[in-house]
Amino acid sequence: MDRLSRAAWLYMAAVLAAAAALLAHSFYVHPHLDLSVGPWILKLLVLAMLFLVCDSTPTTLTSRQSAWSPSSSATLAAVVMLGPLGAALVGVTSLLSVRRGVNLAQRAFNAAMYTLSAFAAGLTYQGLGGPVGVPDKLSFPAIIAPFAAAAAVHVVVNHGLLSGMLLLLPPPESARRARLDVHLPMLLAADLGYATLGLLIAALWSLVGPFAAVLLLIPLFVARWAIGQFAAQEQAYDATMAALCQAVETKDFYTRGHSERVSRGSAMLARQVGMHAERVEAIRYAGMLHDVGKLGVPTKVLQKTGPLTEEELAAIQLHPMRGLEIVRQIGFLEEALAGIMHHHERMDGKGYPLGLAAGEIPEFARVIAVADAFDSMTSTRSYRGARRIDEAIAELRKWSGTQFDPVLVDAFVSALEREGWNRPRSAVVPPGFAGGMTAQDHDDPTAPLRVVESH
Amino acid sequence: MDAGQLLLLAAAGLLVVAAVAQTASVGLTQARDAVAFGSLIAFGELLRLSLPGDREAAPIGSAGALGYALVLQIGLTQARQSAMQVVAVTAVGMIVGALPHLAAGRPAGVSGMASRLLALALVAFAFRPLSDVTMLSQHVWIALAVMAALIVAGWLAECMIRAVIRADALRAKFKVALVDEVRVQWQLGAAVGASAMLIALAADEMGLVALAILIAPLLVTQVAFRRYAGIRSTYLQTVRALARVTEVGGYVEDGHSSRVGKLAVAVGRELGMHEPDLLELEYAALMHDIGQLSLPDPIPGGATVLVSAEDQRRIAELGAGVIQQAGVLDRVAEIVRCQDRPWRAPDSGGPDSGGPGAGGPGAGSPEPGPPAGSRIIRAANAFDDLVGGSTDRDRTEAALERLRLDTAAQYDPTVVEALSKVTGRRHPGRL
Repeated sequence: MDRLSRAAWLYMAAVLAAAAALLAHSFYVHPHLDLSVGPWILKLLVLAMLFLVCDSTPTTLTSRQSAWSPSSSATLAAVVMLGPLGAALVGVTSLLSVRRGVNLAQRAFNAAMYTLSAFAAGLTYQGLGGPVGVPDKLSFPAIIAPFAAAAAVHVVVNHGLLSGMLLLLPPPESARRARLDVHLPMLLAADLGYATLGLLIAALWSLVGPFAAVLLLIPLFVARWAIGQFAAQEQAYDATMAALCQAVETKDFYTRGHSERVSRGSAMLARQVGMHAERVEAIRYAGMLHDVGKLGVPTKVLQKTGPLTEEELAAIQLHPMRGLEIVRQIGFLEEALAGIMHHHERMDGKGYPLGLAAGEIPEFARVIAVADAFDSMTSTRSYRGARRIDEAIAELRKWSGTQFDPVLVDAFVSALEREGWNRPRSAVVPPGFAGGMTAQDHDDPTAPLRVVESH
Repeated sequence: MDAGQLLLLAAAGLLVVAAVAQTASVGLTQARDAVAFGSLIAFGELLRLSLPGDREAAPIGSAGALGYALVLQIGLTQARQSAMQVVAVTAVGMIVGALPHLAAGRPAGVSGMASRLLALALVAFAFRPLSDVTMLSQHVWIALAVMAALIVAGWLAECMIRAVIRADALRAKFKVALVDEVRVQWQLGAAVGASAMLIALAADEMGLVALAILIAPLLVTQVAFRRYAGIRSTYLQTVRALARVTEVGGYVEDGHSSRVGKLAVAVGRELGMHEPDLLELEYAALMHDIGQLSLPDPIPGGATVLVSAEDQRRIAELGAGVIQQAGVLDRVAEIVRCQDRPWRAPDSGGPDSGGPGAGGPGAGSPEPGPPAGSRIIRAANAFDDLVGGSTDRDRTEAALERLRLDTAAQYDPTVVEALSKVTGRRHPGRL
């Protein structure tokens, strides 16, 4: 959040101003509110502490900005026990949170966001007739409906304000945001789940006082731990997969980084055509692994400069099947496997391995085919230099309909305009490079594999 | 099926029959509450969760059952269910919840259910008789302390039962299995225990509504754990799958990586290694040949035990380099890097330099020996290079004999001994 756009600053200022105005107004409306009242202030302090503990130890998801914490349980307990103003004040304590790597602006924005969502939840609760104060046995089950509505409002306002901010952040952030989308259902579920704990804290207050909060922290932190482990494992998994794919590529100097770029390109295109976050994630992996079967092609075939014999061509054309054979046992979506297997099919049915045409080709495969060819064309090959992006786009358009899905080609071009493309730096083979290099690229639509004429 | 598992099932079965019969004869007290808790338990059993290492848990079901065992008052009425009724309701709930799993063709997970039920029975039989003691109903703090103590005791009992079963099935040592079990289960156990106490407390305050409310946060915990366990297993599957690229590329014999992986894990287990180390060992074993990808062409035959020491060195270094790239598997990279090192450095020889298996030979020498994982992979790899997929007794014996002859310098004798034990069994490696 270092370089914010003007719009983002304005948005942030508006949220801050709204929160400040709200607090000022509330104090003005309740001039009789005496903060020295013992029990009220004690409850406020305990809940604020709970909020701080939760907020200060968030689970980092994919970036420091998109951290998640179960602090909503404290604000919602305050909604029941202290009313809208108390809940808003609990939210303000986010200012004091001792999270690392959060600057003052972020802190202020978070505090304002929590203040607004807590206040809105409080109003909802009161508006639906929820009694403010420590609930007793007779409050149940009547209290549940207003509380559920308050929890829903809290989640909606909170995520609404946050998404507004994320939308205004520069592109690298929006890429992370896309990643966050995958976690969003989980985050929403978690928020709602923890919101209900707020009711428990309030309900158990008359029985065990603040100890209920202590007891609640245990499952809270366990879930937090598990989500943290999940995020860490997922990052480790991505890194390991990238490293292994690189290992497969080391044999060939020119195709280094190809898997990673095809993975990025496929995901970009998948987002562009509005695929669901889970499928985008799957196609990211499929793109990464699409050429893994190339390892089964003998090196001398890959590096052959002259025309290929029928057998050699067959060996190359077998690589999608080989890849499938390798990745089949990974618990991926079925679609990802289909994408790997069919990424060399053509719209006109002249591709391999099965010669499927148009709609018969799985969508994943059509997406990967575009990204694959595009990266091949914009990379240096031993027989030609890297093409410029506009040249490569022209080539894609030229083969649109025969080789590529025209809809996807158009979408890819729009995605390129929006997100740009990092071409590999032009490769100069270092003297004494031990590995080989591809003489003919099977991915390059502009230079079809040459085959010895058979009689 | 192993003897331990049979005993467990028999005990649980007897308990269930006794509990159901007794409850049926005296009739269900407070049927509405029993049905509510029973449904929660069934729901929890339906949402079973796999944990790392092929384990199963049913946190929601467990919390519900414990809550039913510990609840003193539901709303305005005193809870009067007997321990037998708690066991009966839990058993019925579990069975109902397990039926859809059976219908979907998944394993019934009977032994997991049995160990959960026995642990619950322990808590129920200890606590239900106390529920009439006025000291508990009057003093909430004393009640909480007793509940906490019983929950911990029940959880420990469950871990022990699981460890016995696991040690039996995997041929691990009981103490190692127990520590592993505790390490994997304690976070979820803590969450379940705290939730059970919350259910007991909250049922007092809010009545049965408490159950509905407590499902939500437990669901969150469950979703988080499910994703965690899911990514762990995908991770392992992916490494297993991608390790095969060396086979597809013709660098090593078909099935070599997975055989070495299984063998190494079995040997590591025989030597008493803990699960986190076993996982690293398995990763390293699966990827031990990945460095060959950087060679311009496959070594003919591919058997690394037969290639020159220099080539082995290079493959190990290149492989470690690849794995280090990931940035998260540094210990695995270290194991792969040291896989070609003889277990006893040539110059530090001498009959009494370091006891067998005692953290490597280098006890007296300045350079420490290769890590245990490397020593295991070195032996397992050599064994598989010599034997391949064959299960022929004579061939196995000959290979082991050859490794034994080399224990003076090349192979760690304790590892070779463990290897011979493991391969002597009919099923060398089961995960």
